[in-house]
Amino acid sequence: MKPSRIDPEAIRSRLRQAQGRDYWKTLEELTNTEEFQRWAEDEFPHRSIEWLRSPNRREALRLMAASFALAGLTGCTVQPQEQIVPYVRQPEQLVPGRPLFFATAMPICGYGLGLLVESHEGRPTKVEGNPAHPGSLGATDAFAQASVLTLYDPDRSRAVTFRNRITTWPRFLTEAAGIRERQSATGGAGLRFLLGATSSPTLAEEIRELQAAYPKALWHFYEPVGGAGARSAAVFGRRLHPIFDLTAVDVILSLDADFLASGPGCLVYSRQFADRRRVTGDIKNMNRLYVAEPALTSTGSVADHRLPIRAVDVEPLARALAREVGAAVEEAPGKPGDAQRAWIKAAAADLQRARGRSLVVAGEGQPPAVHALAYVINEALGNAGRTVRYTEPVLLNTEDYMQSLGALAEAMRQGQVDTLVIAGTNPVYTAPADLGFAEAMALVPTRIHLGLYRDETAELCQWHIPETHFLESWGDVRAYDGTVSIIQPLIKPLYDGRSIYEFLAAFTTAPDRRGYDMIRAYWRKQSGSTDFETFWRTVLHNGVVPNTQASSVAAAANAGAIPPPAPSAEIVATNVEIVFRPDPTVWDGRFANNGWLQELPKPISKLTWDNAALISPATAKALGLRDEDVVEVSYRGRSVRAPVLVMPGHADDSVTVHLGYGRRRAGSVAQGRGFDAYQLRTFDRPWFGEGVEIRKLGETYSLARTQGHHEMGRRDLVRSVTLKELLKNSASTAHEGQHPALSLYPEYAYFGYAWGMVIDQGICTGCSACVVACQAENNIPVVGKAQVLRSREMHWLRIDVYYRGEPENPDVYHQPMLCQHCERAPCEPVCPVAATVHSADGLNQMVYNRCVGTRYCSNNCPYKVRRFNFFLYSDWYTPSLYAMRNPNVTVRSRGVMEKCTFCVQRIESAKIQASKMNRRVEEGEIVTACQAACPTRAIHFGDLNNPNSAVAQMRRHQLGYQVLAELDTQPRISYLEVVRNPNSEMPEA
Amino acid sequence: MSVDDQRTTVARQSGEPLVAPGHDLESVNEQINRIVLRPAGSGWLFGFTVAFLLLIGLMFAVLALMTRGTGIWGINIPVAWGFAIINFVWWIGIGHAGTLISAILLLLKQQWRTSINRFAEAMTLFAVACAALFPILHLGRPWVFYWLLPYPNSMQLWPQPRSPLIWDVFAVTTYGTVSFLFWYVGLIPDLATLRDRAVEPLKRKFYGIVSLGWRGSAMHWRRYEMLYLLLAGVSTPLVVSVHSIVSFDFAVSVLPGWHTTIFPPYFVAGAIYSGFAMVLTLTIPIRKIYHLEDFITMRHLDTMAKVMLGTGWIVAYGYLMELFVAWYSGSYFEQFLVRNRLFGPFGPAYWGLILTNVALPQALWSRRVRRNPVLLWCLSLVINTGMWLERFIIVIVSLHRDFLPSSWGMYYPTAWDWATYLGTFGLFFTLLFLFIRFLPMISNFEMRELVHRTSTEGEH
Repeated sequence: MKPSRIDPEAIRSRLRQAQGRDYWKTLEELTNTEEFQRWAEDEFPHRSIEWLRSPNRREALRLMAASFALAGLTGCTVQPQEQIVPYVRQPEQLVPGRPLFFATAMPICGYGLGLLVESHEGRPTKVEGNPAHPGSLGATDAFAQASVLTLYDPDRSRAVTFRNRITTWPRFLTEAAGIRERQSATGGAGLRFLLGATSSPTLAEEIRELQAAYPKALWHFYEPVGGAGARSAAVFGRRLHPIFDLTAVDVILSLDADFLASGPGCLVYSRQFADRRRVTGDIKNMNRLYVAEPALTSTGSVADHRLPIRAVDVEPLARALAREVGAAVEEAPGKPGDAQRAWIKAAAADLQRARGRSLVVAGEGQPPAVHALAYVINEALGNAGRTVRYTEPVLLNTEDYMQSLGALAEAMRQGQVDTLVIAGTNPVYTAPADLGFAEAMALVPTRIHLGLYRDETAELCQWHIPETHFLESWGDVRAYDGTVSIIQPLIKPLYDGRSIYEFLAAFTTAPDRRGYDMIRAYWRKQSGSTDFETFWRTVLHNGVVPNTQASSVAAAANAGAIPPPAPSAEIVATNVEIVFRPDPTVWDGRFANNGWLQELPKPISKLTWDNAALISPATAKALGLRDEDVVEVSYRGRSVRAPVLVMPGHADDSVTVHLGYGRRRAGSVAQGRGFDAYQLRTFDRPWFGEGVEIRKLGETYSLARTQGHHEMGRRDLVRSVTLKELLKNSASTAHEGQHPALSLYPEYAYFGYAWGMVIDQGICTGCSACVVACQAENNIPVVGKAQVLRSREMHWLRIDVYYRGEPENPDVYHQPMLCQHCERAPCEPVCPVAATVHSADGLNQMVYNRCVGTRYCSNNCPYKVRRFNFFLYSDWYTPSLYAMRNPNVTVRSRGVMEKCTFCVQRIESAKIQASKMNRRVEEGEIVTACQAACPTRAIHFGDLNNPNSAVAQMRRHQLGYQVLAELDTQPRISYLEVVRNPNSEMPEA
Repeated sequence: MSVDDQRTTVARQSGEPLVAPGHDLESVNEQINRIVLRPAGSGWLFGFTVAFLLLIGLMFAVLALMTRGTGIWGINIPVAWGFAIINFVWWIGIGHAGTLISAILLLLKQQWRTSINRFAEAMTLFAVACAALFPILHLGRPWVFYWLLPYPNSMQLWPQPRSPLIWDVFAVTTYGTVSFLFWYVGLIPDLATLRDRAVEPLKRKFYGIVSLGWRGSAMHWRRYEMLYLLLAGVSTPLVVSVHSIVSFDFAVSVLPGWHTTIFPPYFVAGAIYSGFAMVLTLTIPIRKIYHLEDFITMRHLDTMAKVMLGTGWIVAYGYLMELFVAWYSGSYFEQFLVRNRLFGPFGPAYWGLILTNVALPQALWSRRVRRNPVLLWCLSLVINTGMWLERFIIVIVSLHRDFLPSSWGMYYPTAWDWATYLGTFGLFFTLLFLFIRFLPMISNFEMRELVHRTSTEGEH
């Protein structure tokens, strides 16, 4: 048959330029040509004969043409070749069934987290940390683990839209060309760019290019959360970025800083902190942590001494502390109170004893004065240059975020802005309520938005361009210490998206550039190496560009630059304060549509799918409030309705609200979830303020919490000991009650492998990265709020939170609880169909296809770690999620039980590899998903039959014990006792 | 002494007559079979319609369950068993009274069983039918329920024999099979009577087929008596074994409140308790409506009430022992369980249980109460409710708060839970109404025998 001679490229470009009726006219012209008709015959040979002879021939050809257009022309395009470099093997050696790992990095709030992403047959399925990356050290946080779901999120924006109608990128380029012309005439006088935080060197270069093209255009950067590091301008005379080194720190004092779980470098700080507290390490030189904060956070939960105080009282506390260590600052009159003073005195004495080996950290929710005080205190203690060093800012912004946004809003209101370009930030949702950003934005004639979702900001912009996810685009980013990583994509862009580089290039004179070319061009210049290709392949392979960390600068904190304490300016109705914090699971709201993160129980409150107004037990009593009561929270003339959650350890007269909920346009998952705390946030004091009124509304609102009871009673669940006691009794009582019971049956002998796990509870901060990692690795479904309310969440691994002591300021313990793979598992004998059996490796196996679903195994499990598919929870139907799933793990259907398998798919693939090489699996070859994700390396997995393995040694540790051992289940998971290091000179809580 | 003389002695010793005086063989036949041979009354039609509608409701509930999943019920993790298991145990327990009356009382030569044994045995069968639904319905994947049965298969997999659920499979199927055989064998002579007396050709054909050619010859009767006794012998251990095995569903587990050796006798006693209560609930109205007071006399009601009182005391002893052993054991988990049962979120159910199972039934000490059909009927309802509450407490309370406080939850039954439960009443009463209509609910030949004994005894 003669080949049809039509040119798909030409047709495609013609169709892309057409809109509406033009589009169909073009199609009509197409179908009338002879070439097309011959092509149609080729394409649909078995149909064409009947159709072409039928009276509806024209119609048939039109339909064929339409399908031709829809199927082939505007969808997946064949991109020019861009080679990405895998971590281990060349792409040519792609073996189906064996995943490849690629090094890339996730940018979040501008900082990069180095990752190794597992790719199955060309699709990214799982995120791991990159051990070579200084910001990861092989670990990840919950956001990075959940990022793969955002990539495949079906609610993501897929097409360029203009006034809510789908259009094409070339049409946007035409518009951009028009803007270019207009703006060039005025030098960009009315042109404003608003970006999210970024540290990308290539973007910096591009910005410089644009600044050269439009000298009068202004650049704004805005993040609702972040920017703490650079609040140093006053005390240093210039903006600096602090980097801590906790390996050298003996005493840490946190001023409302959740430095272990949020902020740049938190993963590294967690590791360094944990290394000084590990029971298997140099426990005699354990560090000590003091935390002063309003609401319990992950950092506060592992503190040796915690002081619940209102956020507004942190500054007076810091001033008193500064004076204690000899810094010349003024104190706030009359504050702090006596109880806090005693606390400060003892803490200060401890800090002084550890001069040069101590650290004071201020949290991002505290004003610049407190940061300045922290720097001054560190200076006074001789810590500068040792435990804290300063570098030039890693991020590109030179102005405080709030100031930047405020300036933009004012300019828009004044009518000075005629074109607003927004990329990577959602100001309509996240701007402070009193700024009137949305109203001001409506005054701008041309508004263009680039974003992952058609969100609240896109709703108000005429043009919306979908942004590519970091897993599908090229880029570069700097870590918390400045180290550069190249972001390489693992998959072609799923939709018609563009990266920020490609988007901003539209406004330059070379508009249709690809991100790949731009990054390469920049680094070709930067590398200065003669063999750029080798350099390129090396940095893509390793995930880091060497020698790019920010170098330290010498800086002296000037105590005199700290302003005197501000007198209480306004008269406030009440002294109850409101505290705004980023949500531990959806951050500032950008992850609100991520089901894994919505369903992730928050580290302390175990709340899912909602946010709440957190108050202390005493405040609740005073106001007559209980859990789930709905209240109206009024602050500075604005109010929102919120459900109440009573949190032990919360400061009195303080309400904490988490940002990120109450979104109006985020996708189907986020719709209607929680209340919008941004409605209360004000421009001048975005983090806290006094004068909150709380009014009980007499309604209740169900809050879906995965754990409702936190007292252990006399149950021996989490054991803890102080360092002093530990050092006194060389033999601990850890092994009490741990003797195996007598049995008539012989013990099963494990000759091969005997898998086991040890969890060091003392360094678990409750960050829950492991929970999301397990969900990603094992295709665990999201069930939704209604089902979580019915206690049917499906997480195989959960972090139990237990309190001990007074509710005003309890000791907090995190206990990761997963299937214990009991040697004498109670679940095994009661299954009628032998769907749960014990392997020769020691694993308790769950055989999904044999399970009939009697659920007796769950009833008999004393740890209640089994999960049942009461409905078909797995998403069977959304096509974009098929690609996301781990192909090595069954996707479970309705009616079967499931539970932790010790990542048996990883165990088996390691065993296969080892047996091919005729050797045993070595220590460290098998890393379970939870173990890999953990920032503090609290989870250890390995072969108990290997005497040199970490788990074999730790199991024999004097502080090792098993939970519910008295039931003689003989679990294969041991827990290490929590060791706390209290200061005997501290006043009793 | 011959067997006949023995029987005569017993009949004479019994005191109060078991059959009202003035009956002869023919009047017995007439009274009992009249219900079957005449057209159904409007009362029967009304009752049957209601029952059938409930049965339709059951079908809808089952349809929803099969298409959507067990999530329509209120079960969750930790409370993975809810109404389905509670109702399973409740229905099976009710069935035990029938077998006890039919089999054990036969072997013990208790003549007062005669007028109630057929009905009680039918009640057992229908209760077992209702109960047997639940282990299949509550499965996550009920379409592979047959994997619990031992059949040779290409997977070379047999059921796992250490699981009490497999023991349940054997126990309940044995129970159902043996009960059915016993009941059917007992029906054969009566079906023959009906065959002989039926007028319409369809009825004659039907009874003719099911009566299996019974001619009433002496040889027939000889073999029959032997078979009947043998079946009674086989059924007798089932009274104790079936509910003991059902109790193992709980006793074999590790949960506080379940893991206790008192369960087998405690469950069996409870089964007989609730079984007799259900027999009373059903027979008191039926004897009134169908004018069977001559056969189911006050003496019968009195005796059944005494059995209830006795078994009720065994059950109360079980409750007491649970409290004592929890304290005596020193186990924090056991003691917490007792505290939770009494004062936790389901405390009202527990106190309701004490009221309905222990406190109110003490009225049965009074002879007036025992002989008052209305009061007795009300008490039987109370006791049945109490026994349901007992299973509720056992299943739910032990599950919802066990070892780790982090996994504690609550259980709230849904409308589908109730619909399924009420639907099984529909199944039960549909079968019962059909039984009343088409089969003699009192054993004809045994009644005739009894009348013959008492009348000849008077002649001697």
